[in-house]
Amino acid sequence: MITPRKWLPTPVLSLLLLFVWLLMARSYAPGQILLGGTLAILIPLVTYRFWDGHMQIKKPRLLVRFILRVLKDIVIANFEVARLLINPWKRLNPHFIEYPLMLEERFTITVLASTISLTPGTVSANLRLDGKSLLIHVLDIEDEQALIEQIRERYERPLKEIYEC
Amino acid sequence: MAFIAEALVSLMLVTGGVFVFIGSLGMAHLRDFYMRLHGPTKASTLGIGCMLVASMGYFWGVDGHIDIQEMLITLFLFITAPVSAHLLAKTGLHLRLKHAKKTGGVPFELRDEEVGKKPVPHPDKGHG
Repeated sequence: MITPRKWLPTPVLSLLLLFVWLLMARSYAPGQILLGGTLAILIPLVTYRFWDGHMQIKKPRLLVRFILRVLKDIVIANFEVARLLINPWKRLNPHFIEYPLMLEERFTITVLASTISLTPGTVSANLRLDGKSLLIHVLDIEDEQALIEQIRERYERPLKEIYEC
Repeated sequence: MAFIAEALVSLMLVTGGVFVFIGSLGMAHLRDFYMRLHGPTKASTLGIGCMLVASMGYFWGVDGHIDIQEMLITLFLFITAPVSAHLLAKTGLHLRLKHAKKTGGVPFELRDEEVGKKPVPHPDKGHG
């Protein structure tokens, strides 16, 4: 027997959409709430098929710490990259590294890849088809092994704890 | 608006401008495509972030209440910038764009000869 599709597949996403809509509209008039609410119900229904599985946040407190750490790293990353770019005597050593992934879920890998792209001198370039390693381009490398360790300890392990363990 | 608030807003604007400028400078003078990608993903996120904070502060000073829309713009920027950078890099690899001579650890996509083993698609976890 075919079970009917749920009317509200992702309640959290719907609430978030409504919230963002109201923030963007800058008003809490009933009309806006009605329009936002309709969209918040329709959008998840349309995009439902593109979401695979629902990730559960196991440790919200760790997530907050992770976000704060990433924000701090983004600021530092900007200063570092700016320094590298405007220093005429600095010779850059670009490097590709193959980063072995510990994470397994697609969602967490996406978060990790985005984090890597936003932080010091690294851009994630490709995810291998088997989902086991990530190709990263580094603007100026000093020690490949140290960088892999740093990504592992700073970002990947917290992500694994937050979502997968 | 108080002098201090004005000074802070101006400082943020100037800082943001400097970062965006450096990012564009990097995009103009770095040697290969993969290095040029680093400019827009980082220098511009903080640059635009600074400008948006300045805008938030300015309207706080003028209107007297805080708008959160600027925060939303920053959030969307943080979500989209890495994704577009990743797709650009992937396209670059696919088209085998030239890389700087001294780039280390060149992946198999960019080499002429066949080296190592190519990763095979995993049966149930296809990320392609």
